[in-house]
Amino acid sequence: MSDSILDIEKPLEKLEGKIAELKKLNADGAIDLTEEIYLLEEKALRLKEEIFRNLTPWEKVLLARHMKRPTALDYIQNIFSDFIELHGDRLFADDPAVVCGFAKLEGRSILVTGHQKGKETKENLRRNFGMASPEGFRKAARLMKLAEKFHLPIISFIDTPGAYPGIGAEERGQFVAIAENLKLMSRLKVPIVVCVIGEGGSGGALGLGVGDRILILEHAVYSVISPEGCASILWRDGKKAPEAASFLHLTAQDLKKLKVVDEVIPEPLGGAHQNPDIVFENVKISLLKNLKEIEAQYSAPSFEESLIEKRYQKFRKIGIVMEIVESNSKKY
Amino acid sequence: MEDLWEKCPQCKEVVYRKALEENLKVCPKCKHHFRLTAAERIALTADEMTFKELDPFLSPGDPLGIGKSYTEKCLEDEKKTGLKEAVLTGTAKIGGVSAVLGVMDFHYRGGSMGSVVGEKITRAIEAAVESQKPVVMITASGGARMQEGTLSLMQMAKTSAAVAKLNEAGLMYLCVLTDPTTAGVAASFASLGDVILAEPRALIGFTGQRVIEETIRQKLPPGFQLSEFFLTHGMIDLIVERRLLKETVARLLQYGKGGLS
Repeated sequence: MSDSILDIEKPLEKLEGKIAELKKLNADGAIDLTEEIYLLEEKALRLKEEIFRNLTPWEKVLLARHMKRPTALDYIQNIFSDFIELHGDRLFADDPAVVCGFAKLEGRSILVTGHQKGKETKENLRRNFGMASPEGFRKAARLMKLAEKFHLPIISFIDTPGAYPGIGAEERGQFVAIAENLKLMSRLKVPIVVCVIGEGGSGGALGLGVGDRILILEHAVYSVISPEGCASILWRDGKKAPEAASFLHLTAQDLKKLKVVDEVIPEPLGGAHQNPDIVFENVKISLLKNLKEIEAQYSAPSFEESLIEKRYQKFRKIGIVMEIVESNSKKY
Repeated sequence: MEDLWEKCPQCKEVVYRKALEENLKVCPKCKHHFRLTAAERIALTADEMTFKELDPFLSPGDPLGIGKSYTEKCLEDEKKTGLKEAVLTGTAKIGGVSAVLGVMDFHYRGGSMGSVVGEKITRAIEAAVESQKPVVMITASGGARMQEGTLSLMQMAKTSAAVAKLNEAGLMYLCVLTDPTTAGVAASFASLGDVILAEPRALIGFTGQRVIEETIRQKLPPGFQLSEFFLTHGMIDLIVERRLLKETVARLLQYGKGGLS
């Protein structure tokens, strides 16, 4: 249990432990500690606000990877009803690092996909820590095509350190599997809402992450490379990951500024794991709102064409370049 | 001395530079394919005097505000290579067929893809759709460019979406993977070709070998992630020696829309 508490959470953990102790004493009835408890609770709240208002990018990375952070299946089970998980890519295997299936969102049929991390070590090993193999991307591709066939919107939860780095994954074309998904998702004729709930790790994240709306939780991150990998390449020192985290502009807030994501979904104070019910509710509201907005923009019968053209333009615009036009330097 | 001779990184033989150049920079002793510059690639691929550059005025900004450690390296590479970015795009004739040609250059920031590379490739593919031409893409890249963060990552989606449009227009897309083509570039526009060719012994793949070794804690087998490995595993169509590359590309283009019949 203790190894799932981050350094930033420790002072808080200590204070909350003390409060619990006092509450127990108070309940025994020997002395009245109501006032002391009240003061300590005030103090804990202030401390919590202080800590979580000023998180560094690296602290956000740690929070995004928190062992107790809700996983894709937590969202699926708490936001949707009637989830039917479907397995296998019909080519090689079923990848437990990716979950997919039909479900109902407020009674409405949808297809959901997501990276799935484990809750503890054993499950994490089985699920490869949420690192998808080609089979995972291909399972998602197979089922997303089904969604298109049945006109079901797609919701995709992103939470992965990256695509699985293994011999078999390379043999079976990890790079091809990801590329094919990017191409496929850019043209699926159904609404796609992507929600980054934890770690958005590079190509492995993007392989399930092309859509009409990209949402991200307040303390989630999305990066071209892990901070450790970046530090080891740039400065030949993986221990400089905290600096790399700042360098990479991977926080939800930075990504909103860079127009990579459309919306930042608030988390309860202390992070999603402190009060999962609040975050499930926030995500649900946001998913419903975004689906409604996407669908309201278009009128049948040209819905499908305008949907994919708008999605194309959304990604088309991402990037900042310099161009000299008639001897004027233009930045856009 | 240095100018006249070059050491082959594969067989370690010292090769007379002129002989190497006459042999299209393929080691006469062991057939190791040396890395080429974008200009050498174009000379090797396009019919003489037919290459017309598209979007020559695009250059990298510094979108994350990294500062000199990024901008100065870009300028250094610009001086070294004469390129404004890691890819050159243009129109050309290849064996008489009009095509859009993209060539990456590993000597500029390791061929990495940031906003400009993504933008140039996307514009080139869009130009091909507009003018109904096939696209030939010759890649050499270590992947997405870290210094532009998630903006670089998103270029994978942007370029792949452009390829999807090219597919829908019924136009041929031909990829030639050269050493190295890895990570974010391999996992996007480089591996979406209708036909994928590779030069012999080119390093291809998604994850870097050091990362794989650290993860699985075992040594990788010899030949891992080379062209021959991926041909065996069914990920590419054909390995083509450099001296046959242009001819092969031209022959393949015959079978697509706009090919000579």
